[in-house]
Amino acid sequence: MSQTQQTPLTYARITEDVVRMVDKPSKKWWALFIPTVMLVGLGVTCFFYQVAEGLGVAGYRHPVFWGVYITDFVFWVGIAHSGTLISAILYLFRARFRMSIYRIAEAMTVFAVLTAGLFPIIHLGRPWNFLWLIPYPNSRELWINFKSPLVWDVFAVSTYLTVSSVFFLVGMIPDIAAIRDKVKETPRKIIYSILSFGWKGSNREWLHYTRAYLYFAALATPLVLSVHSVVSWDFAMGNVPGWHTTIFPPYFVAGAIFSGLAMVITLTIPIRKIFHLEDYITLDNYDGMAKLIILTSCIVGYAYAAEFFMAWYSGSPYEWGQFVYRATGEYAFFYWVMVICNCFVPIVLWWEKVRKNIKALFVISILINIGMWFERFNIIVISLSRDFEPGAWGIYKISFVEAGITIGSFAWFFMFFLLFVKTLPAVSIAEMKEILPVPKKGG
Amino acid sequence: MDQGVVGIYSYQDSVLEAVGKLKEAGYRNMRVFSPFPSHEIEEAIDLPESPVRFFTLFGGLLGATCGIGFTVLTSSSWPIAVSAKPIVSILPYMVIVFELTVLFGALSTFLGLIINSLIRKRTPIRLYDERFSDDKFGIAVVCEKEKIGAVEAILNSTGAEEIKFDEA
Repeated sequence: MSQTQQTPLTYARITEDVVRMVDKPSKKWWALFIPTVMLVGLGVTCFFYQVAEGLGVAGYRHPVFWGVYITDFVFWVGIAHSGTLISAILYLFRARFRMSIYRIAEAMTVFAVLTAGLFPIIHLGRPWNFLWLIPYPNSRELWINFKSPLVWDVFAVSTYLTVSSVFFLVGMIPDIAAIRDKVKETPRKIIYSILSFGWKGSNREWLHYTRAYLYFAALATPLVLSVHSVVSWDFAMGNVPGWHTTIFPPYFVAGAIFSGLAMVITLTIPIRKIFHLEDYITLDNYDGMAKLIILTSCIVGYAYAAEFFMAWYSGSPYEWGQFVYRATGEYAFFYWVMVICNCFVPIVLWWEKVRKNIKALFVISILINIGMWFERFNIIVISLSRDFEPGAWGIYKISFVEAGITIGSFAWFFMFFLLFVKTLPAVSIAEMKEILPVPKKGG
Repeated sequence: MDQGVVGIYSYQDSVLEAVGKLKEAGYRNMRVFSPFPSHEIEEAIDLPESPVRFFTLFGGLLGATCGIGFTVLTSSSWPIAVSAKPIVSILPYMVIVFELTVLFGALSTFLGLIINSLIRKRTPIRLYDERFSDDKFGIAVVCEKEKIGAVEAILNSTGAEEIKFDEA
């Protein structure tokens, strides 16, 4: 791969650079891809072992029957949020720093929802019965219970997957057309021709395209906010100390955007380096994302404090007992990792130097991801392990099957991502051209 | 018998100039190709507002109706009281209604885009040049064979780098 940093960005160079990204995979790519697929295999093996042996191997013990799988589910749905935030909400706000990263963020959204969607099924004792959550005509004329938050979840997550996939694919049409016009080999040309829907880039096409994009963004914006609200109701609707609070929807949405942005940073930093995208994904882009991280970190930190305050102010000994237990009980380590990673680590981002320091950002983004995974673990597991009845309290330990499936889920996510960067335009060609100064006669 | 002609440009301001002159000369049946969406070109050509919005509206309304109908009718068809709630509880159903509104709205927007922009293109494919997706602009005009010379003159005078004809 040639280093072309010296030449300034031009229309031709943008097309060329993106087309080069989808060229034949290098040895480095295979070196990443093969271990990833092997780790997916590990996860699949663990899953089949669990199906054969039953959920006992998943570390589920009375009273904790929602554990790492539900943690993973909420974590991955959260990761999925910043993609649509960047592509839809920041589009409506005309934030320019989104242009170079939004495609990667959207891909991340689609793959994260694909990963998240597996966990409720993995979590079932009889996974083949997951169809029962979907309303379909059956001989007993039974319908699903639309009053259940779990059914809302099915609707919210599947709508989110569909809408974000359509948004992702529509956004790529002009860019795939540009690749189609550049590649020479016949099989690739045919595939890209089909995926580009015969796009020609005429003014009539652009007119409908830009309007459709605007309406997609307008529909996706409330959808992003709704999905994690609905996920939070899985908990908030239940009468369990630590779950039953009205702050959950905004708290979950802020946390989702927080973790999603961190994941965008974690993913774009290596891609930027491997594909030499320094001219595209600039330090200003990272600066913009880091500022959003500061904002969401403050909201999340406020939510932690508000939860504690409300637990005390409610006067409910169960509620207050739960929160004191979180901070001081057997799971205190998890709690304090969460507080440090999510509330204290992002404080350093208030310095511009840190926001524009790639290495520092990479480390911080990983710490935030760890912190957010622990946040979900704390909410789910600690609340269940100590509810109202001291006789029913219990401790939950992560089993190797759960760890294997969790590792497998990360590999599953990265596997799709690796396939994506080698086959589809990871940087939006049309939008990058849009932000360049328009070529004028005589310069 | 109509014929097509396409001029290839590097600069957007030349394109805008040519569009202005073509409109003055009374040519309406033209397409401007560009590698990215350009507001200036859109304004210069001044097409009527895109009908995609009606697809979005219709899809959204259809989704909302389906959401209400589906939840209310299915729960009334076998009334079982769950968690001491009324058989038809509007508030929780709103979640389903909202999700279906967005789902149907987005899918019908996609349909609107496909129908309006990709199927009803009405641009002779032969007038397309692969450079239009890279770094060139193009103006394609379809008119009667006799007038093709006049169009070519306008394209030439505004700085077209290359002019191609559709022979069919």
